[in-house]
Amino acid sequence: MRDVAIIATAQSKHVRAASTLNEVELIQPVIHEAIEQSGIGRHDFDFTCSGSSDYLAGQPFSFVMTLDAVAAWPPIAESHVEMDGAWALYEAWVKIQTGQADTALVYSYGKSSPGDLPRVLSRMMDPYYEAPLWPTSIDFAALQARVAIADGVTSEAQMAEIANRSRNAAASNPFAQLTSSPEVADLLSSEYLAEPLRKHDCAPITDGGVAVILAAGDKAREHCTRPAWIRGIDHRADGHHINFRNLCVAPSIGIAAEKAGVGMGPVEVAELHACFTHQEPIIKAALGLDESTVVNPSGGPLAANPMMAAGLIRLVEVANRIHSGEVSRGVAHATGGHALQHNLVAVLEGEG
Amino acid sequence: MSDSAPIELPEGLWSQPAVDTSAVDSITDVESVQLITTPAKFVYDYTPGVARTRFLRAIEQKRLVGQRCPETQKVYIPPAGVSPVSGLPTLEEVELGLDGTVVSYCIVNLDFTGNAQEIPYVSALILVDGSDIPIYGLVREIAPEDVHFGLRLKSVWVEPEEMTTSFENIKWWAPNGEPDVPKSELADYV
Amino acid sequence: MAERVAVVGIGQTKYTATRGDVSLPGLLREAAFRALEDAHMTFDDIDCVVVGKAPDFFEGVMVPEYSLVSALGAVGKPIFRVHTAGSVSGSTAIVASQLVEGGIHGTVLTIGWEMQSCSEAMWALSVTMPFQQQLVAGAGGYFAPYIRQYIARSGAPDDTGILVALKDRQNALLNPYAHLHEHDITYESVRDSIMLWDPIRYSETCPSSDGAFAMVMTNEAGGDAAAAEGRQPAWIHATAMRSEPALAAGRDQVSPQAGKDCAASVFKQAGITNPRKEIDVAEVYVPFSWYEPMWLENLGFAEEGTGWQLTHDGVTARDGDLPFNPSGGVLSSNPIGASGMIRFGEAALQVRGMAGDRQIDGARKALGHAYGGAAQFYSMWVVGSDKP
Repeated sequence: MRDVAIIATAQSKHVRAASTLNEVELIQPVIHEAIEQSGIGRHDFDFTCSGSSDYLAGQPFSFVMTLDAVAAWPPIAESHVEMDGAWALYEAWVKIQTGQADTALVYSYGKSSPGDLPRVLSRMMDPYYEAPLWPTSIDFAALQARVAIADGVTSEAQMAEIANRSRNAAASNPFAQLTSSPEVADLLSSEYLAEPLRKHDCAPITDGGVAVILAAGDKAREHCTRPAWIRGIDHRADGHHINFRNLCVAPSIGIAAEKAGVGMGPVEVAELHACFTHQEPIIKAALGLDESTVVNPSGGPLAANPMMAAGLIRLVEVANRIHSGEVSRGVAHATGGHALQHNLVAVLEGEG
Repeated sequence: MSDSAPIELPEGLWSQPAVDTSAVDSITDVESVQLITTPAKFVYDYTPGVARTRFLRAIEQKRLVGQRCPETQKVYIPPAGVSPVSGLPTLEEVELGLDGTVVSYCIVNLDFTGNAQEIPYVSALILVDGSDIPIYGLVREIAPEDVHFGLRLKSVWVEPEEMTTSFENIKWWAPNGEPDVPKSELADYV
Repeated sequence: MAERVAVVGIGQTKYTATRGDVSLPGLLREAAFRALEDAHMTFDDIDCVVVGKAPDFFEGVMVPEYSLVSALGAVGKPIFRVHTAGSVSGSTAIVASQLVEGGIHGTVLTIGWEMQSCSEAMWALSVTMPFQQQLVAGAGGYFAPYIRQYIARSGAPDDTGILVALKDRQNALLNPYAHLHEHDITYESVRDSIMLWDPIRYSETCPSSDGAFAMVMTNEAGGDAAAAEGRQPAWIHATAMRSEPALAAGRDQVSPQAGKDCAASVFKQAGITNPRKEIDVAEVYVPFSWYEPMWLENLGFAEEGTGWQLTHDGVTARDGDLPFNPSGGVLSSNPIGASGMIRFGEAALQVRGMAGDRQIDGARKALGHAYGGAAQFYSMWVVGSDKP
């Protein structure tokens, strides 16, 4: 495998509704900030890959308009995934592995504000048996939370603690949408949204975007003083129908973690794509993390959850901490689908 | 399970995989289901964005505005906020004319719009005066067979009281009587 | 470092306007099982599944691959979804091949599909927004003005499009999977069909189809093993993708630069210096008949302005020296999200000598081509009977 690193990153300030900007206006400054940081010319990337969703945007081929932001002229080698940007990064990493690229620009974005997100996400369900019932993403997560509590994986009190810890941690994250939390006791006395989930258990609805620059080997060292090397990266899917799954565990995360080599060294920091509080212990267990790992110091998706970008942001948050020298080894997790169905795990390391 | 005719498949090259369908075959007391309908309706509140908002506010006042790419100096209509060639924001607004020139077109013999256009009608690529990229528009008040490259057009607008923040303010385009623009001057716009 | 990649299994469904007798998973499994059977494999042999299709609105299912995971034997495996507009399933095949080429997986299953009967494609493509310019004539209305411009520039005879449609539809009669089997088609019947978007006639447009296409790709060892058992693999000699903005001032939409660059890249990587001579057969994405002469030029098979001469001279016919779309092409079958992969896969079938009645004798090197969006996204590959 070729050594590939994240050498530059940028995010938007995440907000509930970016109501003055269209998608291309939202992502253009983010892309250009990452490009400038990398010191690579904007026409000089060997490959470009993005992630977004037509259903979020409410229009087909919605990625076509954001291509305007990357200066695809003269024409560029480019691809797009209808998944979180973490998978766009994965495709770019694969491209670099083939030797056909040494550098790549990766970006993703989501504006959830135009539509009714929990209902829009119901269209991800099996179209024959589940989607006609219009279960929202919150309903579905509540089912998972219910069995997780019943099985002793978590508790409402632990969930409230996770919400409180995450949002308070986000106070130091300049891009976060929610940056403080009421006390745990107050959270627990609040109303249920979909029992056993309360509002604080759910990630906010967010508009935002993210961009990442990847480079291989010496190219990475040339453009970054302390590259965040991708030591392992893998993604796996679980089945879809909840009656076929034990929702208290995420076997696909376990497989991806093993393939990515999570257990090969200490995990100083982990950024987990847990959009609901009860998912954090499920992901931690599947990754094999213990209490020595700092989880979601950025606040995680509970502090800002731009769909299609929140997974890639997990890699960015770990990479940023490696770039700064704060940590030497960390794990990022991204998810797609309902109830942690599709999962990507990456191990990032600094040198020396 | 289906009661439609079996689909013809080439013999010898591939066969259907062996699947035990005995359970399905034993279902004889219910009609087969070939179609389920799940109506889905979503309302989206689109954000035009900064550049398009300026464009829409102008079109509400019967003006057409474009935006200039800071690198190539090309003028875009309708502006999206970013120049696709340089990837840079287009911040300079440019007042455009209300006339334009046909750079290409087609003659349509079916009503694709669902609002009973006269058939046939002409859909043209029109280069608005002062801009560098053609837009699509309907051409009327001329026989379809008389439309040609370089034909000069004026925009025909809805009544003042019907004006909104929409491209629909332009009903169609019609000949303005000016002499044709030579083909050579239009070469870069298709 | 880069691994050689072989296509060792290909499967496709019969293309029809409305399948009606299978579910979404059923449609994909039909193609997948045929590809696996061809490869002498089962789902157990597959390391990763890569799928591609057109916008989710076409079936009204958001990220449909998630509810297909079990049906595709992908539980516990990676599943990957590509979306690059009309070129999508060409791009999907390329992403799948790169997973093998980069040494990440040994064996990958890739599937392109569309079930257009699930919704009205014209509707799915035309969400109206007040700030977008009006496109008053549907998809054909977008491309027809560029075709008119091509005719003006090249001086091509008016009936070039008729000849292409006639050839592709007659080729389709030899392809049992093709959607349209118009046994009675004649030059006159195409000529006399309704002029939808002058200069595009009804019989010069593609149908709307249900269908799926699947391929199994392996590393060099897998390709060698298949060859040793007498099952000819298609070896991938080169792949390329290029994109350009939809609305760039000065962009030539008749012969887009991205298409030229993509072709130049794929031929260079494949060591091809004279494509007209060295390519034995090409499956090229021609949704409107006039795109054959336009792509002949854009791909570098003909000088600018002369592509139509190849069509008129019969060069692109089955018995010509550069057959274009012996499968019948997009003009005969168009499950949008599979149409690109069908081009790639039919090219592979040709160099494997497994194209049945539509086989071109002696085909050893073939081009697969797909494009999409506002003629702005391109994906291509060159496959051969011999190892690169």
